[in-house]
Amino acid sequence: MPIEVLMPALSPTMTEGTLAKWNVKEGDTVQSGDVLAEIETDKATMEVEAVDEGKIGKIVVDAGTENVAVNAVIAYILEEDEDASALDNVNPGEAKSAPAAAASEDKSSSSDNASSAPAASAAPVKASGAIERTDKEPRAMSEMNKTRDEKSYTKFKTLTVREALRDAMAEEMRSDENVFVMGEEVAQYQGAYKVTQGLLDEFGDRRVVDTPITEYGFTGLGTGAAFMGLRPIVEFMTFNFAMQAIDHIINSASKTLYMSGGQLGCPIVFRGPNGAAARVGAQHSQCYASWYAHCPGLKVVAPYSAADAKGLLKAAIRDPNPVVFLENEILYGQSFEVPDDDDFVLPIGQAKIEREGTDVTIVAFSIMVGKALKAAEKLAEEGISAEVINLRTIRPLDVNTIVRSVMKTNRLVTCEEGWHFAGIGAEIASVIMEHAFDYLDAPVARVSGEDVPMPYAANLEVLALPQEQHIVDAAKAVCYR
Amino acid sequence: MATPKRKRATTRADNQASSDDLLKYYRDMLLIRRFEEKAGQLYGMGLIGGFCHLYIGQEAVVVGMQAATTGGDGVVTSYRDHGHMLACGMDSAGVMAELTGREGGYSHGKGGSMHMFSKEKNFYGGHGIVGGQVPLGTGIAFNYKYRGEDKVCLTYLGDGAVNQGQVYESFNMAALWKLPVVYCIENNQYAMGTSTQRHSASPDLYLRGEAYGIPGEQVDGMDVLAVKEAGERAVKHCREGNGPYILELKTYRYRGHSMSDPAKYRTKDELDKMRKEHDPIDMVKKLLIDASILDEDGLKEIDKEVKAEVAKSAEFAQNSPEPDPSELFTDILIEV
Repeated sequence: MPIEVLMPALSPTMTEGTLAKWNVKEGDTVQSGDVLAEIETDKATMEVEAVDEGKIGKIVVDAGTENVAVNAVIAYILEEDEDASALDNVNPGEAKSAPAAAASEDKSSSSDNASSAPAASAAPVKASGAIERTDKEPRAMSEMNKTRDEKSYTKFKTLTVREALRDAMAEEMRSDENVFVMGEEVAQYQGAYKVTQGLLDEFGDRRVVDTPITEYGFTGLGTGAAFMGLRPIVEFMTFNFAMQAIDHIINSASKTLYMSGGQLGCPIVFRGPNGAAARVGAQHSQCYASWYAHCPGLKVVAPYSAADAKGLLKAAIRDPNPVVFLENEILYGQSFEVPDDDDFVLPIGQAKIEREGTDVTIVAFSIMVGKALKAAEKLAEEGISAEVINLRTIRPLDVNTIVRSVMKTNRLVTCEEGWHFAGIGAEIASVIMEHAFDYLDAPVARVSGEDVPMPYAANLEVLALPQEQHIVDAAKAVCYR
Repeated sequence: MATPKRKRATTRADNQASSDDLLKYYRDMLLIRRFEEKAGQLYGMGLIGGFCHLYIGQEAVVVGMQAATTGGDGVVTSYRDHGHMLACGMDSAGVMAELTGREGGYSHGKGGSMHMFSKEKNFYGGHGIVGGQVPLGTGIAFNYKYRGEDKVCLTYLGDGAVNQGQVYESFNMAALWKLPVVYCIENNQYAMGTSTQRHSASPDLYLRGEAYGIPGEQVDGMDVLAVKEAGERAVKHCREGNGPYILELKTYRYRGHSMSDPAKYRTKDELDKMRKEHDPIDMVKKLLIDASILDEDGLKEIDKEVKAEVAKSAEFAQNSPEPDPSELFTDILIEV
């Protein structure tokens, strides 16, 4: 059978083009790679190269022909052992139906697929084992399932958030040789915010790695190491600097499992302070919760208390997926009771009801939980019973806990330090509209940072940040009080 | 380390390759070329979508580098990756089926031309962001050193990527921590449509690691034996714990940047000259014939085998079903 030379597409959107010029004539011998013709579209001119070798048997479409459909036969090549008589039975006809389109048609009748399309085993080429789905059970899955309700612990100790984070890392590093921490000033300096204090002494510089101030590079490096099964904890001095590295967090860490068809996981933790500190201005005071929570392939955690910090960081380190762990600098020095047990781990994806109430639900995360709890006290003095939910995890969001609470209270206030536009509050408002619309007795109210870059001046900074009183006011408003 | 070793335009020592080696290089390079020609054809037929960056002309680079490594060494590259995958021993049918977006592809159709991986063959992608693979490869090397494994990561990048900031962040850390990574700069002389002269203030790319004390060599990337020889030096340097090494492999891509690039930024004469005088496959072919290892008929036999393999791959890639719609929601997170 003579080889058909088809009108090629220059792009997936091209449907037809002009056959501008033939570079060969009938009878010419061609080798693969030889330029046969030039074709034009409105965008470009391209050369058509021979893929096979042989003799040009017949040119079907003349030079200068416009509107030649993609996949139409434009010429025939005769193979070595063929002569012109082989062309007698060919019929160029219309353009071949695009095989890609045919394939998508198959999709609609997928039940027939198995029988009509040759099964992999019947195909002449057997896909190698690498393409088969592999068992992707990572380490620590069994431990992950052992999380206990924190109320069931009897022994507690008082820790700052800073100490809780350090203890979480140290415990996980003791139990898993693959866990290491890297970042700016994490080793000799003992942490820019002293979160990694003492780790260098215990684990040495192989596992506590001071990096240059190059977030993009070391985030990519950590991600590459995680592809290989190591479990890096990448510390950002603050998440503001992680914007330099967000390409690797999103494009490399969060998408590779999917793009590799499940072959390459990325067990990595990106952690550091997020949100506003105090008086550090616009470039150092931003909440990234909604940025990361937007992206499939990531988990996003934001602890409030020391128990949250310890239990969730341990879970994040054990998790086989990339976890963005948003801390808060102002909380680092605050003390909380923490279960005194190396096995204390909190599940990612579960919110905590910090305070039960009946009149209004206040949802918050990170530092805003503390403000929400104070607001709830004030509201109680005014006879309003507020339920405060500490989200703990932003993605996956614990929708059930929020919905159950709203079904009880019928009113919702969301709190976040970040901007309201496309923020976490916006998402929660949507979720409640979808799942509990009929239970709402008032529109959802959002408390958030003002829609401005963070100012430096003390008075302006206070005005820009959401305060306890804003929460009180919002709660009263949704209660029509 | 003393003054970093700097070399230019390595001329290879006498051909040390055995006839078996030469035959293997010939076959491996030919497979890449025929595969890519077929991929170009399938793209033209609308069977392959999106972007498709062909490797035709550059075959000696990956085949030579792969010959310089031993089993188990890692490879990571950018989006012009089909040649690397075949050189790593990945199944051509699985690669082609990924290009057509089918279930039988290496990523079950979810990655496409630019995003393919094979843990089994130590091929870690296939990355679509220019330069993104450079820190990732450096991290793979970090992993080898962390675990005390005697392995090296070949991290490929193009002459366009070499101006990305993250490349230098990586060079710095690799040199600082003596990581076993060979940065293979495939200088095909055009970053998309911008020539090296127009995009690089210092066009000698092998010197780009000098500030970090990383030795660099410029190599004729159209000569598989020169590539292999330089590759062996680079890999040895890494294995001996001396840290990273840079190879600038001067090469040429015959096709456009991607399928939809008509490549009007260079002259036809330039391309023809490269094809006629420096074609990497013709070079080995000549060696085989001159050394009477194989005659024209013998070579034809190899051509036939390669063609048959590519034809089978193309057939598999067209017959493998599209991924099941349920695959849309798998592999986003590993379930805990």
